[in-house]
Amino acid sequence: MAKDMMPHFDLYQPDSVEAAVDLAARLGSDGWLLAAGQDSYDWLKNRTKRTEAVIELTGIAALKGVREVAGGIEIGALTTLTEIEEHPLLREKFLLLSLAAGRVASPQIRNAGTLGGNLCQDTRCWYYRYGVDCYRAGGNMCYADTPEGQNREHAIFGASRCVAVQPSDTANAVVALDGSMVIRSAKGERVVPASEFFVGPALNIRRMTVLEPGEILTAVRIPSTWAGAKFYFEKIADRAAWDFALVSIAAAFKMDGDRISDSRLVVGAVECVPHRLTAVESAIKGSAKNEETGTRAGKLAIEGATTLNFNQFKIPLMENLVRRAIRGA
Amino acid sequence: MADFKGIQVVETSELREGEARRVSRREFIKRVIASGAVASSASFMVGGLAACTPRRAAVAGSVERLISLNVNGQVRRVDVLPQETLAMTLRYKLGLTGTKLSCDRAECGACTVMIDDVTHYSCSTLTHAVRARKVVTIEGLRGPNGELHPVQQAFVEELSPQCGFCTPGQVVAAVALLKKNPKPTREEARHAMSGNLCRCAAYDNYLNGIMRACGNLAEISHGV
Ligand SMILES: Cc1cc2nc3c(=O)[nH]c(=O)nc-3n(C[C@H](O)[C@H](O)[C@H](O)COP(=O)(O)OP(=O)(O)OC[C@H]3O[C@@H](n4cnc5c(N)ncnc54)[C@H](O)[C@@H]3O)c2cc1C
Ligand code: SF4
Ligand code: FES
Ligand code: FES
Repeated sequence: MAKDMMPHFDLYQPDSVEAAVDLAARLGSDGWLLAAGQDSYDWLKNRTKRTEAVIELTGIAALKGVREVAGGIEIGALTTLTEIEEHPLLREKFLLLSLAAGRVASPQIRNAGTLGGNLCQDTRCWYYRYGVDCYRAGGNMCYADTPEGQNREHAIFGASRCVAVQPSDTANAVVALDGSMVIRSAKGERVVPASEFFVGPALNIRRMTVLEPGEILTAVRIPSTWAGAKFYFEKIADRAAWDFALVSIAAAFKMDGDRISDSRLVVGAVECVPHRLTAVESAIKGSAKNEETGTRAGKLAIEGATTLNFNQFKIPLMENLVRRAIRGA
Repeated sequence: MADFKGIQVVETSELREGEARRVSRREFIKRVIASGAVASSASFMVGGLAACTPRRAAVAGSVERLISLNVNGQVRRVDVLPQETLAMTLRYKLGLTGTKLSCDRAECGACTVMIDDVTHYSCSTLTHAVRARKVVTIEGLRGPNGELHPVQQAFVEELSPQCGFCTPGQVVAAVALLKKNPKPTREEARHAMSGNLCRCAAYDNYLNGIMRACGNLAEISHGV
């Protein structure tokens, strides 16, 4: 692999959100937003993507930290994953997010990597990352979805020409917690529910989120709705560190005695967006939180899954994770 | 760049390294003015000159930018390209070759350094993003008389390294761990060290070294 310099880019280091928004508006799609770069540098070093200019956001103090706001908490997009893993308030109320952040990559990547960058990272489909001209890169074929395509990591739901999956561990937790994304641009602010923030290939095959050029994710809001709920997070990967999920689950349960009164179940790495199990959530309402309910839920969860040549294992894996989440490991 | 008159320096009270950045920015502008060497240099966008005219031809080999970096307790002046990583700056500009560069992709840990006491992959850190922060490399861990850091000493005693290539990264990661958690269990250490690969698979030897360094002798294991 190349160990030379990245190709030249102009570097902008705004120190306020206003300055960043202004730059993002003026540079448009020529301005690469850079948080900690743990995803970005791969693209730039490999020359699979190029940019004229980089807007480096880590000097903006206003985009960092966890604060309590009316009705919940707000996490600055530039807050590091380590901070999210360790933050006492998050651990107390929204442990699910801390657990997910703590399972990302490696300690060093968590020390640098930001929540915003983790949520906005591009897919890991290796054909695409290798720089081939697949659909997602603007071409007219999918290299993963072919008889000999290496698609062990790819989707079992929601494929539409592209079969890549959403790689972010925190995305599933943010969706499970009914979070929303605060987005700023020169046009002002908009707030998008996390469940609508991520986009699949049917909607837009070229990007992973609704963010338009010129838009900056400034914060993630988590409402009090699920504060202190019963949480379950499990991520299955080939290695315990440094590896993306093969399948993961982020779950939250509200209990009424020993019955589940409400729940959120979000499965990771099976679709291009966090895969929420809405039908399962309604089906287990009022049921006991036990093995039996888990088994029933697992079966329901995998309905409609479509496999490729090398990812059939994701179906039993997902079924088991749903069962384990419900019975509590 | 056609003209430099339109520059407004964007400054807010939220600025994290307030003084450092402001000072360097002013100095830089002074330097630019003094040298007259600014024309067409893309690198000069470094420093948050948000109101600059954004479009101009980037010129190959464009002017490098002099910044101050706090490395191992010393402030070093160094020319840094906008796209330069800290590993490059340390090794090839500051001569600090103890920091190894291996995968260059945040996938091995050989390049681990501390920035404000926290471990980072220097191959995946932009040098311009760490101005006014404190960088500590393997070279910065020696004692005042050149003696080994207690972690290094413990690694020697436990024969931790094999080929030694990953060792600087392992030492820095271990030192950072003990700063945060002075007496980790072996399991905690294993978790904290999980961002440092060792091609020789000397993991247990490194963990023994850490257990020795922190005085958790009960968890040293020389079993086969
Ligand atoms: C070896 C390795 C292993 C990894 N393993 C995992 C894993 O197990 N789980 C996991 O979830 N991730 C994993 N990752 C990905 C890593 O966690 C993310 O790349 C990291 O969190 C991204 O954060 P960042 O701040 O470095 O983002 P950057 O690289 O700076 O940004 C990522 C993308 O988001 C955009 N962006 C960043 N911030 C904003 C913002 N505020 N507004 C709008 N757009 C923005 C950038 O333009 C860029 O396109 C791994 C990465 C590597 C290199
Ligand atoms: S799965 Fe998507 S990203 Fe991967 S090769 Fe196919 S179209 Fe490209
Ligand atoms: S060289 Fe930086 S992590 Fe491998
Ligand atoms: S001692 Fe050889 S790579 Fe670790």
